[in-house]
Amino acid sequence: MRNVWAVASNTFREAVRDRVLYNLVFFALLMMGAAILVGQISIGIEQSVIVSLGLTAISIIGIFIAVFIGVGLVSKEMEKRTLYALLAKPVQRWEFLLGKYGGLVMTLALNTAAMAVGLYVALWMVKHPLDNSDWYVLVAVYLILLKLALIVALAMLFSCFTTPFLAILFTAAIYIAGVFAEELRTMQAVDLAPSTMKFFRGVSYLLPNFENFNVMGAVAHGRGVPASLVWQDTSYAILYAGIVLAAAAKVFSRRNLK
Amino acid sequence: MRRLSNNRNMLTPAIEIENLSKEYPHGFLHLKRKRSLENLSMQVQTGEVFGFLGPNGAGKSTTIKLLMRLIFPTSGTARILGRSIEDVSMHQQVGYLPEQPYFYDYLTAAELLNYFARFHGLKAADRQERVQRMLKKVGLETAKKIQLRKYSKGMLQRTAFAQAILHDPQVVVLDEPMSGLDPLGRREVRDIILELKKEGRTVLFSTHILSDAEMLCDRVGVIVGGKLRGVGAPGEMVGIEAQGMEILFELNGTGNAFPLLDKATKTGERYRAQLPEADLYEALAELKAAGARILSVTQLKPTLEEFFMNLVDADRAQANAVEVNAQ
Repeated sequence: MRNVWAVASNTFREAVRDRVLYNLVFFALLMMGAAILVGQISIGIEQSVIVSLGLTAISIIGIFIAVFIGVGLVSKEMEKRTLYALLAKPVQRWEFLLGKYGGLVMTLALNTAAMAVGLYVALWMVKHPLDNSDWYVLVAVYLILLKLALIVALAMLFSCFTTPFLAILFTAAIYIAGVFAEELRTMQAVDLAPSTMKFFRGVSYLLPNFENFNVMGAVAHGRGVPASLVWQDTSYAILYAGIVLAAAAKVFSRRNLK
Repeated sequence: MRRLSNNRNMLTPAIEIENLSKEYPHGFLHLKRKRSLENLSMQVQTGEVFGFLGPNGAGKSTTIKLLMRLIFPTSGTARILGRSIEDVSMHQQVGYLPEQPYFYDYLTAAELLNYFARFHGLKAADRQERVQRMLKKVGLETAKKIQLRKYSKGMLQRTAFAQAILHDPQVVVLDEPMSGLDPLGRREVRDIILELKKEGRTVLFSTHILSDAEMLCDRVGVIVGGKLRGVGAPGEMVGIEAQGMEILFELNGTGNAFPLLDKATKTGERYRAQLPEADLYEALAELKAAGARILSVTQLKPTLEEFFMNLVDADRAQANAVEVNAQ
């Protein structure tokens, strides 16, 4: 794990020095603006608006970072040939991949945590003191982070065998399809053959179900999130990301570098 | 720095390559195959400096990348220090300088070396000490806190050298270490290679510059079109015999004309005359009689380009002959 940690900490350093965390400034401005505006125009639904807006922003900004930087984790290193000297060291290729993955997840965790602080500040501006139900926002943020970790794994897998452009496209497509996985599973179309329905149902189980991680509606209205759901989502994300990363390692282990 | 050579190691080859071939898919849907290396077999002995010579695209970098497991062979095997190249832990004893090295440009040289040193299991204090020593060795001590994006090509090359030898490897593999360097940079690289040899390390480096190979190598291997054409000491291998002599001289005053002057070409105040080796002493006598100042006497050798062009032409001629026979 020494090698994995070395790559991960360097990836984190790269993200910080490449100013990835500058998005926090945008988020802070958005939340401050929203808090001031919401305080003036909404009556009684300030909490709901701020939480919904904050969680949506955390999710969208995170998805952008996860997809674009996730794809670049491997492809940029191959394109710039920075990994030539590294892979000639006593480092396994899977260690390199896992380190890059860990580094970006660490970056996303820091980014998400900082945005969560911003969200709480905005929430405090429209409503103080905060009550117990407000702490469910943290659970929602945690589930968003799990979702982002899964997206990074997918982005890395695609970038191991195709061009960055296609990898972004594939990751985005899987994400969108994954958001609607539940609909695909329960779809009742009268004009489709039973075999086609079976096929779609099969596909829906293969796709990552990103709606599992969405508790925004409940949290925005002060409702709790069952602990069982948190455990299930955590196990699901770990298992799914593990399988995707194993596939990425398999592909990358025999990849010829040009 | 410790000396690495010992009698037992001298007997075993540091690098052994057996029937190594590499094919790349190309064309529409990657259905065609292009062979860039064909049944390469050779050995590099422990403690020697081995030059891998060939024109661009000959297969030098392909061979080195195969050794460094950056690409994978279509067939054949290779061992370094008696261990398969698939054995990752073997790389603990190998240093590698990639062609046209490019590193993480957001790091400083000290940070980069520290980062790479972590993969060799060095403790923090050891890493610090070793990084400082390497930076001093390659002359980057004063630039160690500057980000690599601000480095010149020569400075990057020196950083690349530092990372290649940071962990005190027994075998050092250098891919075109002098490419793109100015004369001063090339001189520095030559000095480092000679120092590595003095320390008893095995050095394999690729180049297409014959003078570098002649100056540094115990043996060279020549590769053209993905095939190894031979291995041996630089002189015997390339088979370069002097094709003549060149004398560079200046005349004091106008003086009388003499036969050599007719053959000479004048550049500025200097004359340059090319003549067969057998006529050298006669020509020197003429110059002495004319009171000329001799600046240099040099053997004329074919350039590496000519040497390779001959090999390539021979290759093409052979291929055409095979085609005619087949028809």
